[in-house]
Amino acid sequence: MNRLQATLHDSFVEAERHLRVIPRNIELLIFATIQPIMFLALFAYVFGGSISIPGFDNYDQFLMPGIFSQSLVFGSAFTSIGLAEDLSKGLVDRLRSLPMSRSAVIIGRTVSDLVRNLLTFGVMLVAAFLLGFRFGGSVTDAVLATGLLVLFSYALSWVQALIGLAVSSVEAANSAGFIWMFPLTFVSSAFVDPSTMPRWLEAVANANPFTVVTNAARSLYNGLPVGNDAWLSLAWSVGLIAVFSMIATRKFSRSTSS
Amino acid sequence: MQGVVKRFGDTLALDGVDLAVPAGAVYGLLGPNGAGKTTSVKVLTTLIRPDAGTAAIDGIDVVKNPDEVRRRIGLTGQYAAVDERLTARENLVYIGRLFHLGTAEARLRSGELLDRFDLADSADRVVKGFSGGMRRRLDIAMSLIANPSVLFLDEPTTGLDPRSRLGMWDVIEDLAADGTTVLLTTQYLEEADRLAEQIVVIDQGRVIAEGTPDELKSRTGGALLQVSIARAENRELAMSVLTPLCTGRVEVRDDRTFEAPITAGDRVVPSVIRALDDAGVDVLDVVVRRPSLDDVFLALTGHFASGEEATS
Repeated sequence: MNRLQATLHDSFVEAERHLRVIPRNIELLIFATIQPIMFLALFAYVFGGSISIPGFDNYDQFLMPGIFSQSLVFGSAFTSIGLAEDLSKGLVDRLRSLPMSRSAVIIGRTVSDLVRNLLTFGVMLVAAFLLGFRFGGSVTDAVLATGLLVLFSYALSWVQALIGLAVSSVEAANSAGFIWMFPLTFVSSAFVDPSTMPRWLEAVANANPFTVVTNAARSLYNGLPVGNDAWLSLAWSVGLIAVFSMIATRKFSRSTSS
Repeated sequence: MQGVVKRFGDTLALDGVDLAVPAGAVYGLLGPNGAGKTTSVKVLTTLIRPDAGTAAIDGIDVVKNPDEVRRRIGLTGQYAAVDERLTARENLVYIGRLFHLGTAEARLRSGELLDRFDLADSADRVVKGFSGGMRRRLDIAMSLIANPSVLFLDEPTTGLDPRSRLGMWDVIEDLAADGTTVLLTTQYLEEADRLAEQIVVIDQGRVIAEGTPDELKSRTGGALLQVSIARAENRELAMSVLTPLCTGRVEVRDDRTFEAPITAGDRVVPSVIRALDDAGVDVLDVVVRRPSLDDVFLALTGHFASGEEATS
């Protein structure tokens, strides 16, 4: 087995470890699914009447892609919690004492979290349709939009991996993994038009990669011209993966229980 | 392991540790909390890099060729490193596959180990419901899945109830009987005494003594004689009788009890009883105590194994 084959094999074994247990913790899956659906319904009914967005007849068509985007990004937090758990339980020590690929532990973890996120996303999409959401463009556009969102979420999983390995406890990982998600997703175009924000905040929101990705997905879901946003969001995701996979794998190679 | 030094910030965790374990031997690394036991294990298992010195397993350097070392070792750390969402069997097969054993081989080995560690009945139950003792047994089984040439057991009984601890001792004794090379760390003197053929005492990052349990015990001057007499007023008399028979100072424990070092196996006890009897001292009890490793630790370091300063 050469190095690449070994990495793929080990990543697969790791991913399987996490995927195997999803059906054993149905509660976790149910609550992970209920939360975004609740967000969909709350935002649509509570704010739906009072918010109007130029260019959109219906706030739902603007909002729902934003919530898809937010939910997928929130889902990346599972990665930091999972790795912190493996670290605190001494499993990382065990894995590091094995002749296995260093990056496989994180690849397996991020990929399995991605699969779980997709499951949640599927359910949420159905809920959105029931609430009246429709694709404005082609199915291909919708698939592309979903792909961009999922890829961005996957990229953030690598950031979360680094966080999970850097903090000293599972509880800390839980907070550290979540806390920055709120400014990241709210100071953005997910729920409102950034031009309604104070000037400085609008600048921050527009520079936020989450805004770029959300805009790209929203345009594609609604069949609107997407401009450079699709390429830009692809670049953000690939860039984040490139940088954080390197840092997180390095961090993993030095992590040990204290 | 030769001259290994490891610093964490300002703390010198290992201050030039030398350690050599022959194949097939069971060595005990004994020391209080923070002595450097776990750090030594982490260096030998490639988890941390030493700042100075060299360490090797089967002659293979842990820094230069970590992957080759990892193929030859099994590590059971201070925590039972199992995935508690999986069943016992799944945990074993999982680790076997990471050793690239192939699924069929991993399954076969898992079955053998489940039998051997008395886990066959619980093999397909999720580990979450396991007792501490069962987790530790599974943990050791996972470390053995690829037939390592050296097994590291870092405080294998810490946190176990007394019964599980005895069970774990049996497991380790069986491993020793099979010829597995074992380096175990412990803060329990009794545990090292029972399991290890050779004990390395470590304190503040340095090896301060090494030898068989008996050699270490004899360092404190053989055995300890404890005599209780019936009447306190005979105290002076009893002490003057005891002194010439002992190898050191007679210590008074309370009004009617004395302790004194003697040469073990030198027929001192009959002489003591006879001499006291001749002097007209009623003897209640005579006990010969081999020194515990606690006594050894105190003699070597001037403080108890728990790290408290000795008060005399």
